[in-house]
Formats: sequence, C-alpha cells, structure tokens
Amino acid sequence: MRRLEMILSRLAWFVPTLAGLVIIVFLISNVIPTDPVRVLLGENATATQIEAMRVKLGYDQPLWVQLARHFHDIVSGNLGISIYSQRPISEDLAQRLPATLELTLTAITLSIALGIPLGVISALRRNSLLDHILRVVSVSGLAIAAFWLALLLQFLFAMKLGVAPLNSRIDGFGPTPVTGLMIIDSLLDWDMESLHSALSHIALPALTLALPAAATIVRFTRAGVLDVINSNHVLYQRAMGLPPGLIVWKYVLRNALISTVTQIGLIFGVLVTNAVIVETVFDWPGMGTFAVQSILQSDHKAIIGFTIWIGALIVIVNLLVDITHSFIDPRGTR
Amino acid sequence: MRSGWRRGLGRFAGDRASALGLALLLVLIVAAVFAPILAPFPGDVADFHTANRLRAPDTVNWLGTDRMGSDLLSRILFGARITITIAVVAVGSAVLVGVPIGLVAGYYGGWPSNLLMRVSDVFLAVPQIVLAIAIAQTLGPSIENVILALSITYWPFWARLVFAETRSLKNEVFIESAIALGASPWRVMTLHVLPNIASAIIVRTSIGMGGTILTAAALGFLGLGAPPPTPEWGRMIAESREFLPEAWWYATVPGVAIFMVVMGFNLLGDGLRDFLDPRIRRGAGGK
Repeated sequence: MRRLEMILSRLAWFVPTLAGLVIIVFLISNVIPTDPVRVLLGENATATQIEAMRVKLGYDQPLWVQLARHFHDIVSGNLGISIYSQRPISEDLAQRLPATLELTLTAITLSIALGIPLGVISALRRNSLLDHILRVVSVSGLAIAAFWLALLLQFLFAMKLGVAPLNSRIDGFGPTPVTGLMIIDSLLDWDMESLHSALSHIALPALTLALPAAATIVRFTRAGVLDVINSNHVLYQRAMGLPPGLIVWKYVLRNALISTVTQIGLIFGVLVTNAVIVETVFDWPGMGTFAVQSILQSDHKAIIGFTIWIGALIVIVNLLVDITHSFIDPRGTR
Repeated sequence: MRSGWRRGLGRFAGDRASALGLALLLVLIVAAVFAPILAPFPGDVADFHTANRLRAPDTVNWLGTDRMGSDLLSRILFGARITITIAVVAVGSAVLVGVPIGLVAGYYGGWPSNLLMRVSDVFLAVPQIVLAIAIAQTLGPSIENVILALSITYWPFWARLVFAETRSLKNEVFIESAIALGASPWRVMTLHVLPNIASAIIVRTSIGMGGTILTAAALGFLGLGAPPPTPEWGRMIAESREFLPEAWWYATVPGVAIFMVVMGFNLLGDGLRDFLDPRIRRGAGGK
C-alpha cells in the first residue's frame, strides 16, 4: 500500500510543481524591465498606439490580475499564437511532441543498450585495457558539448562518408500517422522503405544524444556492479557453486542497477536539454527546433509554452522513474 | 592529521587524472590572463581582413582563420576570458545565494524551510538550460544576461545540496554539544556545520563549473550569448556551421577548447572528491 501512497503523493505534487513553474516564468518575464508591447509594435509606434495595445493585451491590469488571466489561459489550453507559424502554440507543440519523444526515447534505449553491458564488462574486467579505454571514453563523453558532437557526427558520417542523411526526419511523405512516431508507424504500415528512411534519419541525432547518456550509465553501472560483487551474498553464491554468468546477470545486476535506474530520470532531463540543441543542428521537427525558432523571433509566449510543456514532460518521467524504482528496490515502500 | 593531509596531497598530485585536470585548467587560466601577450594578432578580436578568410592552419595563422579572416588562435585565447568569467561569476553567485539558504533552511527546519525547498524543487523540475533560455531570451543577448540566467537557475542546486548535508549533520553529537554549550545558531552554522560540508561544496563546484561552461556555450550557440564579434566559443561554433565540411578547422578549434576546459573541471572534481570526501571515495568514483 505504501507504493500507492507514494504514487498518489507524487501525483498530488504534480499540479503545484507546474503551477510554481508557471509563476516563476511569469514573474521572470514581467519583473524584467523590457516592454513587450513596445517590442511587439516596433520602434515607430506612437504613444497612443502603444497605450491602446497595452489595454487590448491586458498589460494595464495589476500584476496579479495578469497572472490570474495567464493561469486561466494555460488551464484552458490557450498558450497564444506563435509568431513563427501563426498557429496556436499548443497545437504546434502537440504536433511536434511525437518527434521529440521518438528521438529521446530512441536515444535513451540506445544509451541503456550500450551503457549497461559496457558498464558490467568494465567492472568485471577491472583495470584491464578495455576498462581503461571505457573509463577515458566515459569521462570524455561527459565533457563534450552536444551541439559540437552533433556537428562532428554530421561532418564524418553525412558529409565525408555519406552513410547517413544530413538532416530532417524522413524522405517523402512517410507512413500514415497513427502514433506520430515514424518508426512505429512504418512498422504498422509494414512499409520497409519508410522504416529504413526513418531509421537512417534518426541514427545521427539519436547517437549524439545517446553517447553522453551512455557515458553516465557506464559509470554508475560499473560502480554499482563493483559494490555488489564484493558483497557477502555474492561470495555465498560463488561458494555454493552457482555459475558466474548466472550470478552476474541475475543477482548482481538487479542490485547494481538500483542507482542506474535513479540516474535514468536525471539522464532523461539531460537528454531533453540536449535535444533542444541537437534538434536544431539536425533540423529535426521537434519541440526543440520550435523553441529555437521562437527564440530567434523573440516570441515570448511560445517560449513560456515550451517551458511549461517540457516541465510537465520531465515531471512525468521522474514519476515513472520513481514507480520503477519502487518495484526494483522495494525497501523504501514496504 | 597533518601527515594524513600530506599523504592525501601526494596521492592527489600522483593521480594522473587529477594532475591532467589541473594542467588543463592552468592552461585555461594562463590563456585568459595573458591573452593580449600570447595572441599573435590581438587586434583580431574585433578586426577583420576579408582577404584572409577561411585560411587553413599554416605558419602564420596556427589554427587557421574564420569567416571574417580573423586569426582563430587569437580569438580562442580571448574567448578563454569570457568562458572563465561566465563560469566563475555564475557558479560563484549561485553558491553565494544557495549555500546560506540551504544552511539556514537545514538548520532551522519548519515551514519556511519546507517552502524554500519546494521552490527549489520547482526550479529543478525543468532542465537548467530550458529555464535559462527563457530568461536569457527575455533579457536580450549579452554576457551579463547569460550569467544572470545561469545563476538564477543554478542556486536551487546548491540550496538542496547544503540543506541535505546540514540536516544530516544536525543530529551529530558534536553539533548537539556545541548547542548545549550555548553557542549561538550563527556560530554553530559557520564554525561547526560549514567546515564539515565544505568539501562536498568544493567538489560540486568543480564539476558544476564544467556543466555551466557547457550550458553557457549552448546558449551562445543558440545566439543567446554575447553579440558578435565577441569571441565566445559557442557562438564561434554556430558561425562555423555553414562552412563545413570545407573549413573543418573552424568548428574543430572552439569545440576542442570547450572539451578541454570541461574535461579539466570534471577531472579535477573527480580527483578532489577522492581526496576530500572519503565517504564517496568507495562509490561512484571507482576503485
């Protein structure tokens, strides 16, 4: 029952956290002494025009009235109109969410598939040449700027070797949209050409995001396995003559992965952060590209909308991580 | 104790990774301080010579030239000043704000500290760069605004760290006895709690510097940093994009510079953790 309680209390925090986020972003954009109306109308606007627009947009009201109206707009799903696309911001973000999800989910799958086995091997062959190489690579992976790694991969694989497309998400029209995730939709259509195109387009951006994430996973898995492998229960299992493979993959890994799973929530935050930039480099039509376009257009409302959506996404992921954690490590919930 | 310190210091210097980290940071500091002397063409931060544009590295321009014909080595050296300023001021002010808040909240507890921690939770709910983008965009592109955006988004991290450490220390016997002896809360916090959590703060500061440099470079890359012709490394990489694959050195040089500096801070942080924080030494730092 403790687990249910934990989930409910985390769900109860969901709304206040997002509300707090809205207030913070609102205050930041209002306390700062730039006049959004003046920016909107340009330098040639007369004082009367500015005043009229201020009344029209509600900037003449006291701050708390503006905040209340802002909340009302957000709750009713109205985030305003994007300057970039001239469409409602919520629609734009909703349309771009699947692209970002597909990219980040592929990247995190890739980083787990790379990171956990490499971390285990690194720990089992401690101080071998392979271990040293992996440690150097994982330290480097955390020091590399994501946008620079993106350029390097583009330079090497798209420009020099020509094995992957330079940018965008798919060639042609793509499969019939069902989930919005190109890989899944092509599988549903059984359209191999689209699948191949989708996979080759996602390869470089997903790899860019996955490498630093895999570096973190290797580090934590390695440390976790080393901690567990020296514990008494593993010594006991070894003494009982259990095969080493069984000990490692069944007993050691489950205990060692506890800290790794906690890290995956944090890693997802880093992934989404990096996705904002990596999407721009690869012209990936996700929320990150939208955010950067909005920055270039000084589109206030679009950026606030983007911040709220990303905040919600991350809070949800952290909730899922906590739930997974409670299944792997029931100590805190029983 | 004294000999233990000395042994630790010896181990720190003997650790190749930490020594490399320290060396990388020394290079950064020397580059930043002596940029006007070291740079072959100090005027090239602002000057341009379009006849020389996009020259590959040669004996005159060791690291090649950029789209304006300016010497890349000179620009990188002056860029080190910007990088170091952003990292030190942004992390420094986040520490100066976050540490006292965490200390007081952790020491006193009660609803004000709960409220404070909830506020920091909200900040931490969103990745630093997303909030920093929102703030920097509102403020307009400049280095001061990048620093401000990074500090505003980074202090909760320190408040959380210090809060947790202070809470766990508060129940220690030596703190209780200091209180029983009549020491004022101020005295307990500054003389008993702070010295005991200093190592955790120092270690996180080093690693935080690396992360902040990456975030600042990303803001620069997105065009939210200093306006041109400021030789900010992230902006230089953004400028180089349209000249790939021909001018490979243009994107490579600032990227390697960022990589080396962040690597320096991370290695130093790892080394400091092994040296200062024996509790963590057996954990994620590797054995």
